[in-house]
Amino acid sequence: MIQAVMVMSTQGKPRLLKFYSYQPPEKHQDLVRGVFQLLSARPDNVSNFVKVDAIFGPGTKLVYKHLATLYFVFVFDSSENELAVLDLVQVFVETLDRCFKNVCELDIVFNFNKAGETVKHNQPHTEVNFRAFQPLSRDQSFYGQKI
Amino acid sequence: MTETSVHWRVTSKKNNGATMEQLRTIGRELAMGSQGGWGQSKEFLDLVKSIGEARSKAEEDRIITRELEHLKRRLADPDVPRRRMKELLLRLVYAEMLGHDASFGHIHAVKMTHDESLPLKRTGYLAVALFLDERHDLVILVVNTIQKDLRSDNYLVVCAALTAACRLIGEEAIPAVLPQVVELLAHPKEAVRKKAVMALHRFYQRSPSSVSHLVSNFRKRLCDNDPGVMGATLCPLYDLILEDPNAYKDLVVSFVNILKQVAERRLPTSYDYHQMPAPFIQIKLLKILAVLGSGDKQASGHMYTVLGDIFRKGDTASNIGNAILYECICCISSIFPNPKMLDAAAETTSKFLKSDSHNLKYMGIDALGRLIKINPDIAEEHQLAVIDCLEDPDDTLKRKTFELLYKMTKSTNVEVIVDRMIEYMINITDHHYKTEIASRCVELAEQFAPSNQWFIQTMNKVFEHAGDLVNIRVAHNLMRLIAEGFGEEDEGADSQLRSSAVDSYLRIVGEPKLPSSFLQIICWVLGEYGTADGKYSASYIIGKLYDVAEAHPTDDTVRAYAISAILKIFAFEIALGRKIDMLPECQSLVDELSASHSTDLQQRAYELQALLGLDKQAVESVMPSDASCEDIEIDRNLSFLNGYVQQAFEKGAAPYIPESERSGVVSVGNYRAQDHQETSAHALRFEAYELPKPSLPLAASQASISMPTTDLVPVPEPSYYKEDHPMSRSQTSSDSLSGEFGLKLRLDGVQKKWGRPAYSSSSTPSSSTSNQQATNGGASSEVGGSISSQARESSYGSKKQQSTEVSAEKQRLAASLFGKADRKAQAAARKTSKESPSTEKVSAAKATPQPAKEQVTPSAPPPDLLDLGEPVSSNPPLADPFTQLEGLLGPSSASPVVSETPASSSSKTPDLMSIFSDDVQTGATSNSTEPSLGVNVVAAKKGPSLQDALQKDAAARQVGVTPTGNNPILFKDLLG
Repeated sequence: MIQAVMVMSTQGKPRLLKFYSYQPPEKHQDLVRGVFQLLSARPDNVSNFVKVDAIFGPGTKLVYKHLATLYFVFVFDSSENELAVLDLVQVFVETLDRCFKNVCELDIVFNFNKAGETVKHNQPHTEVNFRAFQPLSRDQSFYGQKI
Repeated sequence: MTETSVHWRVTSKKNNGATMEQLRTIGRELAMGSQGGWGQSKEFLDLVKSIGEARSKAEEDRIITRELEHLKRRLADPDVPRRRMKELLLRLVYAEMLGHDASFGHIHAVKMTHDESLPLKRTGYLAVALFLDERHDLVILVVNTIQKDLRSDNYLVVCAALTAACRLIGEEAIPAVLPQVVELLAHPKEAVRKKAVMALHRFYQRSPSSVSHLVSNFRKRLCDNDPGVMGATLCPLYDLILEDPNAYKDLVVSFVNILKQVAERRLPTSYDYHQMPAPFIQIKLLKILAVLGSGDKQASGHMYTVLGDIFRKGDTASNIGNAILYECICCISSIFPNPKMLDAAAETTSKFLKSDSHNLKYMGIDALGRLIKINPDIAEEHQLAVIDCLEDPDDTLKRKTFELLYKMTKSTNVEVIVDRMIEYMINITDHHYKTEIASRCVELAEQFAPSNQWFIQTMNKVFEHAGDLVNIRVAHNLMRLIAEGFGEEDEGADSQLRSSAVDSYLRIVGEPKLPSSFLQIICWVLGEYGTADGKYSASYIIGKLYDVAEAHPTDDTVRAYAISAILKIFAFEIALGRKIDMLPECQSLVDELSASHSTDLQQRAYELQALLGLDKQAVESVMPSDASCEDIEIDRNLSFLNGYVQQAFEKGAAPYIPESERSGVVSVGNYRAQDHQETSAHALRFEAYELPKPSLPLAASQASISMPTTDLVPVPEPSYYKEDHPMSRSQTSSDSLSGEFGLKLRLDGVQKKWGRPAYSSSSTPSSSTSNQQATNGGASSEVGGSISSQARESSYGSKKQQSTEVSAEKQRLAASLFGKADRKAQAAARKTSKESPSTEKVSAAKATPQPAKEQVTPSAPPPDLLDLGEPVSSNPPLADPFTQLEGLLGPSSASPVVSETPASSSSKTPDLMSIFSDDVQTGATSNSTEPSLGVNVVAAKKGPSLQDALQKDAAARQVGVTPTGNNPILFKDLLG
């Protein structure tokens, strides 16, 4: 199960938050801060996997990808394959890229609703989203709709 | 923060350029959507920009607060055009993401879901899904809309509604939408079918019972002709299969077929990702197969071919290819083992480990952890890689490696591994992980410790650095071990052990910031053994203890331990006939404590004062030296009082009425009743403490010490009550004295139990004649154990236990332990013999880079499997990786004795099997190995009876630490 998707800037500002299990809004900021502290302490050239039992509860792991000025973070539990989630991040970014054409942080800042829509439609349902991303490339009508 | 427009280079997909181009166009259109270039109004852009430029959190907060006020006004305006409304809503979402409360706008989000226009409706759903959860009051309004939208002709509306349903439909609302969702499973559009499957899955997660009759739908959808729907179905099926694999065994063939088709690229190319055919579907399928094939030979048989295919086609160049390979390894290690498959898996694992990518190394370590469960030998060839990972600066990788080491710890390598872990533990700041690794150290040390000496040293280290993070129970085990030493036969080694413990504690005790539980241990050990070897003077030890008590004015537990320890020192000195003077500061401490708010501290202080006034004989019997392990037999019926009671009756005294039979009397009496009134009866306890005169014969000694109960040192919360209260006997009549003090301690609570009825029943049973039995034999120690454990619990009152019941249980346990012990020991021996040749092989292979190794090997200490009594100094972690490796991955050297035993021949081949049936062959090998190893060594060390010694030794092997036979429970407790 994927538990959360977060996109945050390298300064720790949230750009996109999506929690698949309900978290009270007050907690969001704590989680963002916790994750950010964890990630900002990590040097380059280390693995993209981090155990986050202390933040999200026992058995949870996090896969992140650092691209330009953003961290893409997926939080999930033991039922997922880390490498696969790493690729899922890639798929997500590619999707955004296709959506925005040469996507950059600004796109997400100003169009977070669309980005949110991307996540929402592809990840409403955790696990499922792995493959749910795929038909995306075919399901053009989906994006043909103006948001 | 200024937003620089740095662009990511995203590796664009090479396939299907046309689609790409189309998508791009759409994206551009979207982006250009309307005004402002991003489809938003100037206001919104300014907002985002100003937040981006905000210098501080406070400034950001100010901006958002202003924005929220603005939004509140705008939303209240009835004439806002709908398109504007949408943007306002998005700004709300934005504010909420930044951590501000936007609940005033939630209702507007709900309203927007009613909108006719699809984009607005979707924005509404998006906002609602972000704002609300299923328990929110407004959800009831949304449920209606969802119901309506599920019937819509526009499939996009249906999709939006299904998506929202996943998020917002709670348990109670499921029936409202369920029929429609089920209907949609047959919708002509695959996107809708897929989302319906997802929604149904979500409902299943929320409330399995409400959709249990519909799970067959998932099976049906598995055959959907759209791969997307089929893939979506795998998720709920995986959940269902995890719950009950047997119900889905019939699907094994179907799953294998699907996997085969996917792997053979029968799916449309649009499902390819980085040239891998539908990798996410493959991974899910592999996960499912792993569950279905686990322990099922027949089912596994179907899978081998396709797994082999995937391995062959495996693409190690791309990330996703490795993900699939890793999943294959997981699958293979889970299903019924097949040597060929295992080879392939091991090969891939080694590729992972050799890779430069940390991610792949991580996966490799994880895979290795899975494979060694099946075949421990696999680890051997990756020794170097594992060590590398351990040295790696990457914290994640390091932790994963420690996890692997934890899994492969054996009695032969425990020293190295635990040393490493402690070293690592010292430097981590993460509280959560520190706790985990500390408890793992403790667990491994208790399970595999090669010698008591080592165990104590290790524990000291753990306590020193993470004392507050480990269970207090561990501290009591350690004290117990120090007190028990090696058993009865070897007093010399015991005292050596103790004095080394005392030495190390004296060195350490002055250090600041020691954890409380560690200080408790230190105090206890110093009190009990500080003066035992005559190296340190009593006043020196007392001075140290005083320092501890002074340095921790707020920690009552530590102070209690310290004062009791001082008391013990005094007692031992008096008993030896030496006169020692109370140091003035010590006297002031005692005075201070006598006036303490804590009744416990008070009592201890009074006890100390009273004890000082006693003569030599009395003290000797109150506080016998090194008696913490002695067992006590207690006359629970107080039969020794019969005469007294009889006399009292004859004189016309009223018979005792138990409290339960009295009504309305607040009495001090009955113990059992107190059980229920524990808290309300607090006053009673105070009374007892405040009148210390009529001898509450509190016995000394660490109650738990040699007690063989399962809840070994059960630590009741106010932990210091189990500390002993060697009680002043000043006013006890001297005739009772002798009888009573004969019993050696460990009674704390118990006495109170006697004492109290004594008050209320007006007879004064101030003494108890209980026989001490200084044995560690079965029955008596069991009685003592059960009683003292009870006693401890009953400091505040406790349940009655049937001591007989406990003892029977214990006997059974002991029997089963001893029965099994032999076998285990032999298994260990066999393992050694089996592994040693291969270690040699490895070392030979590696001889090239370091020829010196040949010399190192024979001189390395033999695995201490063989010796028990003698404290073996652990291999210090050397810089040379090879020697470390030896420690880590097998017995440190091919000890000639071992490898020559006949066992080595028999155990070579079937090591795979041995996992599943350990006992099958141990029977064969046992007779040959164990005696040959054990007899000489053990017999030399242990008592006269060879048989006994062997058995004990075997038990110790089983248990890990001490050969006293009652240790096992400790570990059962730990591991169970």
